[in-house]
Amino acid sequence: MSTQTRPTASPWLARFRTGIAGVAESLATPLVPADYLDLVSPLRAGADLRGRIVAITPETPDAATVTIRPGRGWLGHRPGQYIRIGVDVDGVRNWRAYSLTHGPDQPAGTISITVKAIENGVVSNHLVRRTRPGTLVMLDQATGEFCLPERLPGKVLFVTAGSGITPVMGMLRHHLDDLEDVVLVHSAPTASDVVFGRRLRAYAASGRLTLHERATDEVGMLDLAELDSLVPDWREREAWTCGPTGLLDAAEAHWEAEGLADRHHVERFRPTVIEPGEGGTVTFAASGKVVEADGATPILDAGEDAGVLLPSGCRMGICFGCVSTLRQGAVRDLRNGEITVAEPGDDLPVQTCVNAAAGPCEIDR
Amino acid sequence: MTLAPERPAQSATTLNSRLRIDSDAPRPQRPATKSSGKPNPAAHLSPEQIEGIGRELDALRQEVMDSRGERDAAYIRRVIKTQRYLELGSRAVLLFSGVKVKGFRPAWWIGTAGLSVAKILENMEIGHNVMHGQWDWMRDPKIHSTAWEWDNASPASQWKHSHNEIHHTFTNVLGRDNDLGYGILRVDEDQPWSLFYLFQPIWHVGNAIIFEYSIAAYDLELGGYLAKKDRMSEEEKAKFRKDAAEVVAKIKRQATKDYVVHPALSVVSGPTAPLHTLTANLVANLVRNLWTNTVIICGHFPPGIATFEKTSIEGETRGEWYLRQMLGSGNISGSKAMHIMTGNLSHQIEHHLFPDMPSNRYAEIAPRIRDLMERHDLPYVTGSLAKQVGSVYWKVVQLSLPNKVEGGPRRRDVIKDAVVRSYTRKKKLKRIAAAKKAKAAAAQSATA
Ligand SMILES: Cc1cc2nc3c(=O)[nH]c(=O)nc-3n(C[C@H](O)[C@H](O)[C@H](O)COP(=O)(O)OP(=O)(O)OC[C@H]3O[C@@H](n4cnc5c(N)ncnc54)[C@H](O)[C@@H]3O)c2cc1C
Ligand code: FES
Repeated sequence: MSTQTRPTASPWLARFRTGIAGVAESLATPLVPADYLDLVSPLRAGADLRGRIVAITPETPDAATVTIRPGRGWLGHRPGQYIRIGVDVDGVRNWRAYSLTHGPDQPAGTISITVKAIENGVVSNHLVRRTRPGTLVMLDQATGEFCLPERLPGKVLFVTAGSGITPVMGMLRHHLDDLEDVVLVHSAPTASDVVFGRRLRAYAASGRLTLHERATDEVGMLDLAELDSLVPDWREREAWTCGPTGLLDAAEAHWEAEGLADRHHVERFRPTVIEPGEGGTVTFAASGKVVEADGATPILDAGEDAGVLLPSGCRMGICFGCVSTLRQGAVRDLRNGEITVAEPGDDLPVQTCVNAAAGPCEIDR
Repeated sequence: MTLAPERPAQSATTLNSRLRIDSDAPRPQRPATKSSGKPNPAAHLSPEQIEGIGRELDALRQEVMDSRGERDAAYIRRVIKTQRYLELGSRAVLLFSGVKVKGFRPAWWIGTAGLSVAKILENMEIGHNVMHGQWDWMRDPKIHSTAWEWDNASPASQWKHSHNEIHHTFTNVLGRDNDLGYGILRVDEDQPWSLFYLFQPIWHVGNAIIFEYSIAAYDLELGGYLAKKDRMSEEEKAKFRKDAAEVVAKIKRQATKDYVVHPALSVVSGPTAPLHTLTANLVANLVRNLWTNTVIICGHFPPGIATFEKTSIEGETRGEWYLRQMLGSGNISGSKAMHIMTGNLSHQIEHHLFPDMPSNRYAEIAPRIRDLMERHDLPYVTGSLAKQVGSVYWKVVQLSLPNKVEGGPRRRDVIKDAVVRSYTRKKKLKRIAAAKKAKAAAAQSATA
């Protein structure tokens, strides 16, 4: 049930409401009333935030814009922010972050993300190629600081590559006409790979922004030293950069070297890269213990040996009495070698009795 | 995110022997007979053959687990949805439970039948299996072993401990698996007889009628507490009190729902309707109790299913554990609807081999398990519900008496002897207690 406090007419009414909620709870136990309400109205106010996909529009051969009608609990966003979306792929829920790309002209009550399918990408390929309108997805509220400031800067530079155009597109759609001087330097393998290419070129043609497109298949990757000739006044501009890790690292170094780091904003699509290995440092967050574990010792044993109190049962992978949350890192199932990777925010439940560290990992106990 | 499996080189430091199929020290050949003198059904298998069985079953498990996907997820969501609509619908119908048409109350009958089925589905195909972690792989926090609470007196956490952990790890090991007769029944000849079991047909039926409460008491280890209270540490006692409070709170919530709030609501259809809704809930809970008990006794008690001695599981490997699960469980044959209503516990053998495999897959692998067992000359125990239940009831009657021993004392004499001994023991205990009391009184008057 909703726990939101609304201004109520009288304390009597408030008490009546709590009473009704109490009765509903005792009618539904051991479930909660929401479990039944979700059957008929998954997008209602007070429900866990979900959304229904209303359209999927191809942008390039491997990118598509997914338009979603979020539930009544949606609180809105600032252009440039992203949402986390939980999508069931082959029956398994996967959470990923995507920048919001829609503009103010979008049908009321809907939002959009634009996804580029990457090689072997579980969620991106599913969204671009297999998802059908009507699908229900889980959502988190918008978040992120990759936004234009309240007082818009006079001169702006966006440096983007590939799907990195997405948060910038969200900003442009909302604020392009409020900005005086905008330069966009965008890289993509070929002209037809440019997500939102038609729209960007139309902006440029009407003189609303200066566009430097770079087809990296033909002329190679952008060297930031070229900025001096491409955008001679780049040092005077407030800059936003989004794209692959290599570009972002180089850009950060470049602005830093000029002493302009505070004018430079970065959005990383891969904030952490977890490479599974053999064994690793296990951090038990709640008890503050850190243990070096080899690749053959169950996390349960490694933790217990270090004096961490961990729940356990059968110690052979069948009772699920040892399930703890993997906050981040990689673990390997000793029974079949299967690797589970959790990025920050994923919070995956894992059986500690049959999983060993496969690189640094953090457990919530 | 799960990446392609790659088998790691397992080192010898793995601590639990059941995590591995092989072992560092060679495993002993199984003896031809158990210490009770009964033949050992796996005596003909060499340690290498058992290792082979382990590998085959591990590969089968992996094959199924790798193929889990959308259709499985859709299956459990469909069952959950059906159950919730059925429960909602039945409860709505029961609002009119008091309405009489031509001398009988149709809403009462329809609502009670629907609610019974809803409760059975919730406990068996949904609750039991979700709490086993069969659906954890979906990473849906609402359909997860750590989050599920079921429509039953026993709180999920306590049930998971006694069922998933103790029963599934130590299946049919005499003295370790309390599910073997739940501490009130003698269902195997190797369980020692005592006078208490003479009345076990009565205990058995009583247990079935109040099954959800006896499960709660059993999960709480109430019997053990009452027997060992005096020898327990303060810590253990505190834990028991905490657990007991949890059970009482759960029972209160359950009873308030079934016997107060829902009946009260049906006052909308007349002043006597609450009474009818109350009986409807009582009957639905009773039907659920009898049905779950009926299914569960078929899992491990029918004839032909083996029990094991404590010593036989020392250093047990994964293959040996698999073997024990196969020999220690029995199936029920029947229609698809029957399998769903039993929560697929009718595939008890398959469930015990792979307790965390989605239940809709047991029927698929059953022919392969049967084939594996037959190839290895192991009995695959199965039969119709009527046959399996009948055999258990007959066993409960038979084993209420002491074992017949060729050339031993007559059973009538064993019972008589037990009665006499129990009587004199009671008298002796009384005498000791009286003596103690007198001594204490004397000591007190001496100090006064
Ligand atoms: C704040 C934020 C905003 C984002 N906004 C967008 C957006 O607007 N549009 C968009 O398409 N994506 C965006 N992403 C990236 C997105 O969240 C996913 O990481 C991406 O779609 C890949 O997911 P996947 O399930 O397809 O790949 P996975 O199955 O997770 O990974 C497959 C392989 O690709 C590698 N990989 C994972 N992520 C990336 C990546 N970003 N780039 C290159 N290789 C990767 C993995 O290491 C793995 O080897 C954003 C990420 C963040 C953190
Ligand atoms: S302790 Fe039983 S599954 Fe881990």
